[in-house]
Amino acid sequence: MSDAVLAPPRRRALPGSTLVFLALLAALVIAVTLLASAGLVSVSMVKLLGRTLCLCLAAIAMDVVWGYTGILSLGHMAFFGLGGYAIGMWLMWARTEVIVAASLASAPIPPTPAEVEAAIGTQIFGVVGTSDIPLVWAFAHSLPLQLALVVLVPGLLALVFGWLAFRSRVTGVYLSILTQAMTLALSLYLFQNDSGLRGNNGLSGLQNIPGFEAAGQAAVSLAFFWGSALALGLGYVLLAWVVSGKMGSVLRAIRDDEARVRFLGYHVESFKLFVFTLTAVVTGIAGALYYPQAGIINPAEIAPIASIYLAVWVAIGGRGRLYGAVIGAALVSLMSSWFTGGLVPDLDLGIYTLVWTDWWLVLLGLSFVAVTLLAPKGIGGLVDLWTDRRAPDRTGDYGPDKGSLRREEGIAREAGE
Amino acid sequence: MRLLEVSGVSVTFDGFRAIDNLSLAVEDRGLRAVIGPNGAGKTTFMDIVTGKTRPDEGRVVWGEENANLLKLRESRIAQAGIGRKFQRPTVFEDQTVRENLAMSLKAPRGPFAVLFARRAEEGRIRGIADEVGLAGQLSRRSGELSHGQKQWLEIGMLLAQDPRLLLVDEPAAGMTPAEREHTTDLLRRLARDRAVVVVEHDMDFVRRLDCRVTVLHEGSVLAEGSLDFVTSNPDVIDVYLGR
Repeated sequence: MSDAVLAPPRRRALPGSTLVFLALLAALVIAVTLLASAGLVSVSMVKLLGRTLCLCLAAIAMDVVWGYTGILSLGHMAFFGLGGYAIGMWLMWARTEVIVAASLASAPIPPTPAEVEAAIGTQIFGVVGTSDIPLVWAFAHSLPLQLALVVLVPGLLALVFGWLAFRSRVTGVYLSILTQAMTLALSLYLFQNDSGLRGNNGLSGLQNIPGFEAAGQAAVSLAFFWGSALALGLGYVLLAWVVSGKMGSVLRAIRDDEARVRFLGYHVESFKLFVFTLTAVVTGIAGALYYPQAGIINPAEIAPIASIYLAVWVAIGGRGRLYGAVIGAALVSLMSSWFTGGLVPDLDLGIYTLVWTDWWLVLLGLSFVAVTLLAPKGIGGLVDLWTDRRAPDRTGDYGPDKGSLRREEGIAREAGE
Repeated sequence: MRLLEVSGVSVTFDGFRAIDNLSLAVEDRGLRAVIGPNGAGKTTFMDIVTGKTRPDEGRVVWGEENANLLKLRESRIAQAGIGRKFQRPTVFEDQTVRENLAMSLKAPRGPFAVLFARRAEEGRIRGIADEVGLAGQLSRRSGELSHGQKQWLEIGMLLAQDPRLLLVDEPAAGMTPAEREHTTDLLRRLARDRAVVVVEHDMDFVRRLDCRVTVLHEGSVLAEGSLDFVTSNPDVIDVYLGR
């Protein structure tokens, strides 16, 4: 029995991987800022990187809910989209207000507030054939209120949905199907013109930040890049804290054997609800930072495929470790932009030419299958080779002698009794 | 004092009567063995007491206040002081012995209480590890432990919960003779200041526990008393030898 075994664990405020991650993130921010000011990185590239950081934030939230707690949610991008819609409504309203004010300023009589509002309604909702302002836009004139909605709408939806689902003890693949149904229903609802959010047109022109028209897209994109990096850094620290210590222990225990956790006296449903709601809020914030950099949001962004991508990123990067989710999201989404952006030369095979914009999904599918079969721990698992951390490969072993078939006996006996 | 009282409980699974008008009382201290052939309803009895299975009829009453256990959910029942040890060692294999014990320690169980619980309970954890003989293994992943060590860890986790009633399902299954010896001592020691109910069908092991025995058969109590008394009961001999 060595001293190393007896020594209590070293207690640190944050695990080492968090510090390494924050250092790398800071290095990225400094590098991009310097290159962008020197004109070596284009505005669209800065926006792409900023959006990628937001996707990474959504991915670490997904990792906490799936990789740590074992809830395979296929609806988290609904929260991402709702965050985007919440901020998009203010951006669109405030910008339209500026335009309307400018055009009415030349009128002989100064316009009344009601006239301004009617003009805004016509501008925004003309595209869906109405000028009435729907009730959901009641707060759109106020930035603080819409910012509150960025947190409240995904949070409340997750709270109510999660309460109903977890209370009925829906687990596993059934829960995944339910979450997928939720995001599909939301997307279909938003596609309707009378949903009040401009139907399939969605919200557009979100890259124009009211009040900063003079600053130019270069400065705005850099500011959003910084904001996204800050949000990712804070989100990472928050979630790393949540999954450390006793909370992390209970969450991983729920993932591995939730019935056993109940017999320890923990109300499993409350823990699931807590994690589901917290990660929904974090994902909503990520969405609110993403869409001003994308410039447009429409209901297709909430379609189930988006949430499936999120799960694929986390699986490829490595479940159960936050940096794995970041690696997966960054790598796959950047490669996706690269392949689908027509930047990769087509591969001439003589009899057939591989056009990557068409074949990228096949490549992604194949790499997902390859990761699942060959490296179940994902790309992040490669770090284990370096730190030499090994997981035990024994589960539920019945006795000391593996040849004794005790495990099978035990299961048969349990089932028979 | 009477700690747990099960009276007139029946459960039917798809027409099969797993428990048939079962009545059983457990005192607040000491060991009790529940034996019976396969399908006698031993595990179902535990499932009912811990809230995993709801009976069709009957009452389960707990503690001084005569609380109705049938109205409580599993986590509440566990908090009320009923601990359960499963037949298969169910420790969290991916976590260390220390983490397993820390999770089980008696403490507030709400999500926010757990989130902000950042105090290391090293002293209490070490005490329990000493008691179950795992003091040297605290930092090991529990998946790496031997079968017997996992069983002890699970008993340690129950100790950490500090229950008033301990339900133990086949503790000796798959153990070496030396491990059985250690387990018998452990259970006897535990029963000094709490109730311990052991479900077992290994007669040798029950003999070594040297305690009051309840024989279950087809979901109800067939006989109760010392092991010698029940094994001389002609009904019990019939059931066990199939005559």
